[in-house]
Amino acid sequence: MGPMATHDPEHSYWRGNLKYLSILLIIWFLVSYGCGILWVDQLDKIRIGGFKLGFWFAQQGSIYVFVGLIFLYVLWMNRLDKTYEASKNDHTSG
Amino acid sequence: MAIGADWMSAASFISMAGLISFLGRDGSVYLMGWTGGYVLLALLLAPYLRKFGKFTVPDFVGDRYYSQTARIVAVVCAIFVSFTYVAGQMRGVGIVFSRFLNVGITEGVLIGMGIVFFYAVMGGMKGITYTQVAQYCVLIFAYLVPAIFISIMITGNPLPQLGFGSELNDEPGTYLLDKLDGLSQALGFSAYTEGHKSMTDILFITAALMVGTAGLPHVIVRFFTVPKVADARKSAFYALVFIAILYTTAPAVAAFARTNLLSTVPGKAYVKVDAWVRNWESTGLIAWVDKNADGIIQYTQGAPFTGKPNFVDSEKGPHGQRMVTNQLSENSNELYIDRDIMVLANPEIAKLPNWVIGLVAAGGLAAALSTAAGLLLVISTSISHDLLKKSIQPNISERKELLTARVAAGFAVLVAGYFGINPPGFVAQVVAFAFGLAASSFFPAIIMGIFYKQMNKEGAISGMVAGIVFTMGYILYFKFINPADNNASHWWFGISPEGIGTLGMLLNFAVALTVARFTSPPPENVKAMVDDIRLPEQN
Repeated sequence: MGPMATHDPEHSYWRGNLKYLSILLIIWFLVSYGCGILWVDQLDKIRIGGFKLGFWFAQQGSIYVFVGLIFLYVLWMNRLDKTYEASKNDHTSG
Repeated sequence: MAIGADWMSAASFISMAGLISFLGRDGSVYLMGWTGGYVLLALLLAPYLRKFGKFTVPDFVGDRYYSQTARIVAVVCAIFVSFTYVAGQMRGVGIVFSRFLNVGITEGVLIGMGIVFFYAVMGGMKGITYTQVAQYCVLIFAYLVPAIFISIMITGNPLPQLGFGSELNDEPGTYLLDKLDGLSQALGFSAYTEGHKSMTDILFITAALMVGTAGLPHVIVRFFTVPKVADARKSAFYALVFIAILYTTAPAVAAFARTNLLSTVPGKAYVKVDAWVRNWESTGLIAWVDKNADGIIQYTQGAPFTGKPNFVDSEKGPHGQRMVTNQLSENSNELYIDRDIMVLANPEIAKLPNWVIGLVAAGGLAAALSTAAGLLLVISTSISHDLLKKSIQPNISERKELLTARVAAGFAVLVAGYFGINPPGFVAQVVAFAFGLAASSFFPAIIMGIFYKQMNKEGAISGMVAGIVFTMGYILYFKFINPADNNASHWWFGISPEGIGTLGMLLNFAVALTVARFTSPPPENVKAMVDDIRLPEQN
C-alpha cells in the first residue's frame, strides 16, 4: 500500500474503526476475564461494604462496564461517520 | 426494546437467578457470558450485518462465501440452536402454568404449546415486534417489584443491586453475603461467594457462552429491521441498558432467595413447613424423601436421589408427602428442588402479597412467550426461506413459502413441547450443545467474513466443519456415549463439555486460516462486497 492508500477516506475510516474496536475489546477482556475470573481471588481480599470486590466484578461490575463500552462505541462511531462523510466530500470535489 | 425482550428469554427471567442461587459465584459465568456476548454482537456483528442488508444469517454466510454448502451448514446450525432454545422456553411456560393453574408440569407445557402456537403461527413478525415492547414492560416491572420488596424487607435498601451487599435488618452489623456464606457452610454446602470450578474451566465456559450468544440467530435478525447502520448501533446500546437492569438484579434475587430458602426450610418438620413447599411439591418440582424417618427436612450438599423425581400417586407418605420411586443416594440430603422455581417461588417464600406473586408469573409468561415466538420465526424462515427458496426450490410461490413457514413453526412447537415435558435434564445438556455449536461454527465464519477479506469458501467451510465435528464429538462422548467419565480428570485440559465450544472455535479459526492460505482467494465481487459492508451508508 502506497502513501495514497492511507489518505483515502475509506481506508482511514476502517483503520479508525479497528482502533476503537481494539481499545473497547481490550477493556472488555480485562474487566470480564481479568477482574471477574483470573484475578478474582486476589480482588476478593478487598471488600467494599458487603461485597468482595472480585465477586462484585463477576456479578455486577462487568455488566456496568459493558454498558459503558457500547455507549462509547456509539459515540465514537458516530463521530467517525461524520469525519468520513466530510473527508469523502473533500476527496471527490478536490 | 424488541431486541431486549427477545434476549430476555424465560431462561433469563426464570432460570438464571435460580441457577446462580444454587451455583453461587460460579453462576457468574452466565451473567458475564450472556452480557459479554452481547458486547461482541454489538461491536463485531450487528452494524456490518445490518449494512449487508439481507434477512437472515445463512443469507450472509451463503453470499459472503459464494457457496450453497456454506449456506446449508449455517441453516442447520441456526435451526439446531433455535430448537434447543425453544425447548427451554416451553419448559418455562410449563412451570408457570403448572403452579398457577394447579396442574402437573406436563399439562402446563401442553397449555403453553397451544398458546405459543396460536401466537406465533397466526401472527407474523410485525405482531411479534409490537407485542414484545409491551411484554418487555410487563417483564421488567414483574422482575423488579418483588426484588425491591424483598430487598427492603431483608436489608432496608430499596435497590436490590446494593441491597445484597448491605447489612441485614434483623442482625445489624452482619452483611447479607456473610450470613449466606455462614448458612451454606453450616449446612454442608460450600461458601456462596467462593468458586468451585477450576479457573480454566470457568474461562472456557464463559468464552463459549459469550461467543455462542453473539451468534444467536433470533437476536441477530432483529438488527436487520432497523433503518440505518447508526440505528443498529444505537438500538444495541438501548437493548443492553434494559438487559443490564435485569442482569444486575438477578444475582441479588439469587442471593435473597438462597438466604430465605436456607433460613426457612432445613431442619423444619415437613408438616410445619411453609405452604409454598407443598404447593410446588404438588407440581412435581419439589420432592422430599424422609431418609431417616424423623419427619424433619434435612437439606445438604448432594442430590437426594438419582435423576428427576418419579412420583407414585397411589399412596402418600406417613406425613402426607408425595412418594418417589427413584433410587435414593447415599448422602443425607432429603430435599429435591428444581432450580427453575426459585424466581417464581421467591415472593412466596418471602411471604409477599398475592398480587406480587401473580405479577411475577405474568412476567415469566411474557418472557417465555416472546422469546419462543421470536425463535419460531427463525426456525420457520430458515426452513421456508433459506432452505426451500434459496436452496432447493428457487421459484416457489410466496403463498407456498408462507405455508411452509407455518407448517414448520407448528412442527417446531410440537418438538419443543416434547423436550419441554421429557427428560428436562436433557434440555440443559442440549443447551450446552447449542452454545458450543454456535460458538464453533457461525461465529468464526461471520467474523472472518467481515474482518478478513482474503477468507475464501474453502477456508470457511472446512473451518466450520472442523469446529462443529470436534465440538459435537467431545460433547456427544461425555454427555451421551460415556457419561461416567464426565469429570475433570478425563476432560482435555480440564475443560468441561460446556466450555469445549471455545476450543472448537479456536480450531475453526486455525483450520480456516490455514486452508485459505493454500486455496484460491475469493472472487473480486465478494471482496467488493466486504469493502462495502465495512463502510457506513453512502448518501
